[in-house]
This record gives sequence, structure tokens and C-alpha cells, in this order.
Amino acid sequence: VKHTLVARVLDQPGVLNRVASLFRRRAFNIESLTVGHTEDPEFSRMTIVVDTARVPAPIVEANLRKLVPVVDVTDVTHMATVDRDLALIRVRCAPAERAELASLVEIFRGRIVDVAVESVIVEVTGDEEKVNGLVELLRARGIVEMVRTGKVAMLRGSVVETRPAATAAPAA
Amino acid sequence: VQRTGAQIVWECLVKEGVTTVFGYPGGAMLPIYDAMLDYPVRHVLVRHEQGAAHMADGYARASGRVGVAMATSGPGATNLTTGIATAMLDSSPTVFVTAQVSSKVLGSDAFQEVDVTGITLPITKHNSLVTDVRHIARTIREAFVIAGAGRQGPVLVDITKDAQQAKTEFEYPEAVHLPGLYQAPPPDGESLARAAELVDKAERPVILAGAGVIRSGATAALRAFAEKTSTPVALTLLGIGGFPQSHPLCLGMMGMHGEAFTNQAIQRADLLLAFGMRFDDRVTGNIKTYALHARKIHVEIDPSEVGKNVKIDVPVVSDLRAALEALTPMVEARQRDAWVAEIDGWRQDTRSRDIVHRDGNGRLLAPHVLHDLWKATGGGAVVVSDVGQHQMWEAQYYKHDEPRTLITSGGLGTMGFALPAAIGAKMARPDAEVWVVAGDGGFQMTQSELATVQQEELDIKIAIINNGFLGMVRQWQEFFHDKRYAATPMLSPDFMKLAAAYEIPAYRVSGRADVVPAVEKARETKGPVLLEFQVEKEDAVYPMVPAGSDLHAMIRRPGAGEEVRS
Repeated sequence: VKHTLVARVLDQPGVLNRVASLFRRRAFNIESLTVGHTEDPEFSRMTIVVDTARVPAPIVEANLRKLVPVVDVTDVTHMATVDRDLALIRVRCAPAERAELASLVEIFRGRIVDVAVESVIVEVTGDEEKVNGLVELLRARGIVEMVRTGKVAMLRGSVVETRPAATAAPAA
Repeated sequence: VQRTGAQIVWECLVKEGVTTVFGYPGGAMLPIYDAMLDYPVRHVLVRHEQGAAHMADGYARASGRVGVAMATSGPGATNLTTGIATAMLDSSPTVFVTAQVSSKVLGSDAFQEVDVTGITLPITKHNSLVTDVRHIARTIREAFVIAGAGRQGPVLVDITKDAQQAKTEFEYPEAVHLPGLYQAPPPDGESLARAAELVDKAERPVILAGAGVIRSGATAALRAFAEKTSTPVALTLLGIGGFPQSHPLCLGMMGMHGEAFTNQAIQRADLLLAFGMRFDDRVTGNIKTYALHARKIHVEIDPSEVGKNVKIDVPVVSDLRAALEALTPMVEARQRDAWVAEIDGWRQDTRSRDIVHRDGNGRLLAPHVLHDLWKATGGGAVVVSDVGQHQMWEAQYYKHDEPRTLITSGGLGTMGFALPAAIGAKMARPDAEVWVVAGDGGFQMTQSELATVQQEELDIKIAIINNGFLGMVRQWQEFFHDKRYAATPMLSPDFMKLAAAYEIPAYRVSGRADVVPAVEKARETKGPVLLEFQVEKEDAVYPMVPAGSDLHAMIRRPGAGEEVRS
């Protein structure tokens, strides 16, 4: 079972290492993890897809939340989200096949972004299922190399009011 | 005023109310140690940095105040790690300050350079590397807040030598900005209502009380709840002291070496109330057969513990004291005489088998030593135990009535903990009577701290339970490895001569009749005394639930009238 967790973290050195170390030592299984800047320079955002067959998602979420630089965590698995995965795929393609390949890729709203004599690089963006669909079709032609970013996700609609306020620590 | 980074470290410690630090100097640490001379903080020079870490931990556990230890870069810092991990597993509020090589050579494998924040990442609640003098004050302030907040734990601050030497304007940051610091919410009314409903309906409830009772200051609240609902209270090893063992509702320690009637009560319960504990494998035994008839309420400050090992019917994520103070008025006052009487029946059976009520047939048995130590000290001592058989016998036979009077390494099970942790405990509570109870194996791991005891003129009494074996491992070899005693027979020095080398009075006891007089003599002596109890070599801790076995499937001590194993 896969769960998608979105974590807002302080943009500090070593935060990714803390998250990766947590997953390693608790034996949580990461499917994918992406991290990038957000609208606020203080925070980065991680989208983590985790296999929860062994450990339930709330436990993973609570462990993430215990890391001091992790400000909040939302399990968006069962929420309406826009989610995207980007793939670059180098696929065998003789010059004569390029036009046909281009029209195939077009169906998936992908495009050819580099051309060599016997291969091309295809770029495709979409939810995971769509990317998987194109990958399956291209596999028959011979995928030489592939890289995927892993999933990024954002809730649909307005979430301005629902985001929990950052809580200040008490003077202990 | 311009101050060096080293001065800022001490300015901050003084502001945090720190009066004692445990540490060991070194090259990268020189600026901090130089500045130390100008500040009103007592520095305890240890003999090994592991000792400093355990002392800070013992200090924290005895007092509830944050314990502080420091060490230099490289080997100084790596020597701390066993103590840091010990504090982590038992959620002890501690701050560690380590020195790091200059930022100019960071990452070059410079002399005594090691990646301290990398090494301690999984064994700290949080850690930071500071390379800029302007960040020292804020980082130390945050370290104290983090160590003491929510589920407590160790925090490490690693400061480069050049940051210690550089100067900046010192301003102590009263407020901290830690938007990610997890704080447990106040108890949720709906969860409390569901919990109260389960409590009111329960016929055979049992409270499982853990370290959280002591950490949240909930001992009075626990007692009020237990008495109002007539609910028996079983304790985890670290929960001992959270509920008076002289109380008729107290069931003593649960789990692998819990009394039979205690584990029986848990297995027969229809409701378990887990208060500030985490269902460790040592308390549950086989999780598949654990308390199958019981609904479970879990009041816990750390949500990552709720549902981790055992399925919970009603979770209450909150500070325990706040939750109990809210819950007690919501439940019915009720006598549960039948249940209490049933448990007392089992309790009588346990008593009749108890070795304490039987003769040692001329041999000195460790349970007798611990029982007599309890009697002779009036049960009022702070006992700091090490790890192994003696630790379990202490938990079984020294009956603690007050919180923070048993200090022991539960989660990590760190041998060598007792002597240094006792030093920390004594410095935190100079008026308390502090006893070390250690085995011959564990004591030898950190016995170099005897020098620290003398150097600081500490009045600590030491009881070595010497059976000539790594006793608990030997016991497992006896039960589970066909008595093949691989590497468990242990040679010890002459502890009398060892104590003499440190000018510590010492007495050897090998007969039951001499136990109480020796304890009394130790108590009458001002200053440290070491007692060596030469006990039966191959006794075992009973009862025992073998690891992974059902909690009710216990190995019992051979019955009354039978020969004690030897």
C-alpha cells in the first residue's frame, strides 16, 4: 500500500539527511522522495511516497513530525490532489521511426527533446499512471536509459485557511 | 559587549541555570575550557567521556533538570556516544557540547576530526553543527528547549574551534523560533470521554505505568485515578517509583522478569490503561498472545508510540499529568473487590514461592542482598543500578515508593551505567543517600570513575553483586544454550585492593548474616564505601518469560523445599 505524505520542512542544511536517516533506521520503505523550494524561502517541501505494508502511515507521519526541522506533515493519499511525475526516457529509435514515435508520445502530451542517430530522449510529465503507461509502450522499442523525478503533489482547491499555523515554542 | 564563542557557551549555560557540567578537555575544546575558569559552573573532570555522558544522564533523571556534558572533537565525541544513546532510549533530557576542528579544515580528515553530527544523528533528539560564532547562543538556547520539551531527550551542539575563538556581540535569546518543535496537544475531550466509558465498564482493569508518570510529574494524579477506580498498577522497569510499591494496589514490575501474578493480571485484564509507556518487547512478550481479552487505552506524549507495537482502542496523545487530571473527575468511583481479591490470591501464591522467604542454605543469594539492602536503608535511598541480573533483582526486591529513586538504563541496557550515573545523581541531589548496585562485569566497564568519586568528595555507597559471571548472559546460556558458558565466567580484580588504591573503604561480604551490618557500617561512614557481595555463582532471575514467549508462560523458580539451582 502506498501513501503520499507532504512535509513542510525548514530550508536548512542536513534536513534531507535527517529524513533519509529516519526512514533507514525505522526500516520504512521509501518509494520516492522529492524535495524543492516553496513560495516561502524559510521552507522546503518534500513529497514522500512510502510503502506502508509493514508500518502504518500515521506512525510514519508521527515519526517525521518528531524531527525538529519538520514543521508539518499531511497525508494526502485520500485527498483530492494534483500530482505529477516527470520522466526523461532515452529510447532506441531509427531515423525512419521518429515521426511515428513523436505522434505516439504526443498522445501522452510528451515530447521529443533530444535526437541522436539511433535514439531520442522523450520527456513526459503527468500523474504516475500516465507516465507508467508511456513507459510500458516505449519498453517494447528498447529503453536505453530512464530517470524519473518521483511524485510531487499539491492539494486541489483552496487550502489557505487549512494550513496549520507554525507554532512558536514556549520559553521553557 | 563583545564576547568570544567560548565565553558565549558559558554565558548561555549560566543563563540556563546550569551549575554542574561533566566533561573532558582536548585540543579543539581548549577555548571553551579556558573561558570556563571565569564562570561560576562546577566542572567535573571524568576519566572517560562515556562517564561524562552517563553522569549528565543520571543528573537529569535524579532531578528532572537538564544534564550537561562536554567533550572534545574526534575520540572525545565518539566516547560520548554510548551515553548519548542511553539517554535517547530512556528519553533523558540532556545537552551535549562537543568541540569540532576549525571550519577551514572541516571535511579534510584533520587531526581528531570526526563527523559528530552524522554519527549522533540517530541517537539524538536533535543535533547541530555551529561554524559561526553568531549562531552559538541561539543554538544552545534551542538545545535546552528541545531537550526538555514534550518527550525529552538528548541534544548535541558541535562547535568548531574557530567559532569558539571568534568574537561577537552577545545577546541571550529569550524567545526561540522553532516552528517544527512537536508539542503534544492538551488531552482531547472526545478521547477522554471514550476512555472514561471504557473505564466505567471495565471489571478487570490494570494500569501499566511507565517512565512518563515520573517525567510528567503525574505520581499524585496516577494515585488519585487508581484509588478512585480501584485499579491495580503494574510498573515498567523505568516506571518504578511512579507508584508506591507499598500501596496495596501496586503489582510491582511487569514483563520478562515481572512477578507471575503481575503478568497474570495483565493477561486476564479486560482493560489495559497504558500510561506513559511504550509496550517494549520486554514487557509484552509474544505480542500475538498479549492481553487478548483487554481493550487498550494509551495515554502517551509521543504519537509515534501509539499503535507502534500494540493495537490501541482509545489513544490519548497528551502530557500524562494533564490527561489524568482531566480523566479522573470523569470516571465513576468504584470498588473492584472481586478483581483485586483474585489478584491477591495469585499474589499469595507468588509470595509462597518467593526466595526471599526461603533460606539460602548457607549460600548468599543476590535476592537476599537486595532485600536486606532495602530493609537496612529504610527504602529511602536513590538506587542506581547497572544492567543484568542484579538490575532485575533490584527491581524485584528493593521496593521504591518515591519517583526518581531508581535510576537505571532500561531501553539501551548499558553496562557500566551505574557508577557514573550515580555520580551525576549525587551531584543533582547532594542530600540523597545514593547507592550504586552493579554486577562485577558492568562495574569493571567504568570503574575508573572511582577516581572521580574521590576527586569530587562524593558520599556514594557502592554495592557490587559479584557472582563471577556475566550473570544474565550466563542465565540465557543455561536456559537456551545447553549451559555452554561461552565467555561468561569473569575474572575480577581484588575489589578490596582496587578500592584501597582509590582510598575508598571497602568490605567483603559472603554470608547472609553480614549483609545488614555491612550496609549499616557503610551508612555510618562519611564518604564513599564499597561493599562486595560474593553471591551464589549460578543463581537465575525468576520468574522469566523467555524472549518472544507468551507473557503467561513463565519459567518459575524451583518450588519451595526444592533445591535452588546451582
